[in-house]
Amino acid sequence: MKLVIGIVRPEKANDVLEALYRADVRGVSMSRVQGHGGELERVETYRGTTVKMGLSEKVRFEIAVSDDFVEPAVGALQSGAQTGEVGDGKIFVVPLEQAVRIRTGETDKGAVTPVEGQ
Amino acid sequence: MTDLLLAGQASEIDTGDTAWMLVATALVLLMTIGLGLFYAGLVRAKNTLNTFMMCIAALAVATITWALVGYSWAFSPGNDIIGGFDYALLNGVGFEPNPDGLGATIPHLVFFAFQATFCIITTALVSGAVVERMRFGPFLIFAALWSLLVYSVLAHWGFGGGWLVDGGTLDFAGGIAVEMASGFSALAAALVVGARKDYGRQALLPHNAIYVLVGAGLLWFGWFGFNGGSGFNTGQNSVLAFTNTLLTPACSLMTWIVLDLIRGRKATAIGAATAIIVGCVLITPAGGFIAPGWAMALGVAGALPCYAVILWRPRTRVDETLDVLAAHGIAGLTGILFIGFFAQKSWNGIADGAAYGNFDQLVDQVLAAIATPAYAFVATFVLLKVIGALMPLRATVEEEAIGMDVTQHGEEAYLTGEGAILVSTEATRESRTPVAQPR
Repeated sequence: MKLVIGIVRPEKANDVLEALYRADVRGVSMSRVQGHGGELERVETYRGTTVKMGLSEKVRFEIAVSDDFVEPAVGALQSGAQTGEVGDGKIFVVPLEQAVRIRTGETDKGAVTPVEGQ
Repeated sequence: MTDLLLAGQASEIDTGDTAWMLVATALVLLMTIGLGLFYAGLVRAKNTLNTFMMCIAALAVATITWALVGYSWAFSPGNDIIGGFDYALLNGVGFEPNPDGLGATIPHLVFFAFQATFCIITTALVSGAVVERMRFGPFLIFAALWSLLVYSVLAHWGFGGGWLVDGGTLDFAGGIAVEMASGFSALAAALVVGARKDYGRQALLPHNAIYVLVGAGLLWFGWFGFNGGSGFNTGQNSVLAFTNTLLTPACSLMTWIVLDLIRGRKATAIGAATAIIVGCVLITPAGGFIAPGWAMALGVAGALPCYAVILWRPRTRVDETLDVLAAHGIAGLTGILFIGFFAQKSWNGIADGAAYGNFDQLVDQVLAAIATPAYAFVATFVLLKVIGALMPLRATVEEEAIGMDVTQHGEEAYLTGEGAILVSTEATRESRTPVAQPR
């Protein structure tokens, strides 16, 4: 079991969701985060005050998957989020100790495998 | 006392009429801000400022073109199609009333300003078709030329002595020049500029329904000046139009809520806001010409075609984004035709409609309902094709994805300020203090 974390451009979030759906990866959390990689800062001006926006809006996907689904999930994140410009984001895969489905008490693989027919 | 006051002025000026028209002008100007809010709420968060700025830009662009030559083309004597250059740069527009008889009891300057606010909001209305993808620079050029080549011409046809108003077509407050002009121009603009990149692929949803409701409320408020002022006095037609501006939108709103309930079992807020606009548009041409009872009937009957078009349009490939065609074009056309049936001489003092035995009135109204959409559509289509041949109309796909606020204006509507690094202000420039950098 792994936790796949993808930090992507907000404007690509819908493309990522679509790619994940096509790869049969279900069970996704996403949140808005602010972060900084190596991308150029945007310069904005408000009434004579010029600022560099050091942090960019990003969307963070968290996907807990069984081992068979690690590659599809990573592939979907990459294909969905890629533009080729600096600032496309990162994917992290980390080991997952335990997973519990709250409704049934199922653990681990059972807990991260979507219920069929819903 | 009144006689003494009047003796000091041009004899025909009526102070009560003038006072009302000053207020009405300011009311109509507020509508453009209301429209900006209404439109901004309907787009995605990343395009909020750009959408609002298109309406703000119309305040500048259309006022200037109107003063330069637009007013003259619309309201000075000319031929059947377009006015002349008599009033260009406000030449001869002063404290005396307009000599052509429109606004005979108010200073010509007030009449000019009142009409200017119409040109502004109509220009702003068209932006609804191209938001979320059209570049700001080309939009400014389009707005300037559109306000002259489409609005001024149709204002001449409908109000200023052109062939429609001369031929007997009745249009109280702008079913021709404002509503049908903006609605059918919007359709042409959407076709030339093309759909947003995600149109039909992703759900592109309104980001703030509260803006939409407040914007609709401000529009309705301002519309009392728009319709109530279009008699240019405080006479019977003006009063009738004022009260009809309360009755028709209320009936459209109720109809919309019922239609929503029948269709989806839920009355939607954005639907309600749309219904208010539709109702105000419906009564715009008819305001001073139909009885209050017929105004209420118009609110109910006129909501139906607009509701149908708003449901149908998103299923097509035409990304006429904020449904200017449905809410303004179709509603304006319905209002214009309604006059042809239900105008009543006993209420308006001018003419009866077909239902009261005057079939000619219906013919005149049908003529306007054919000629106006045709001219607005063709002229806008050609104008945007020409501008598009000289410069790209659209932002790139990447810019569209990032959002028009950042790419067109270098600002964001919903800024947290976290992570922003000060680059320069007057204070830092003087003291030369190094700016703290987090890395």
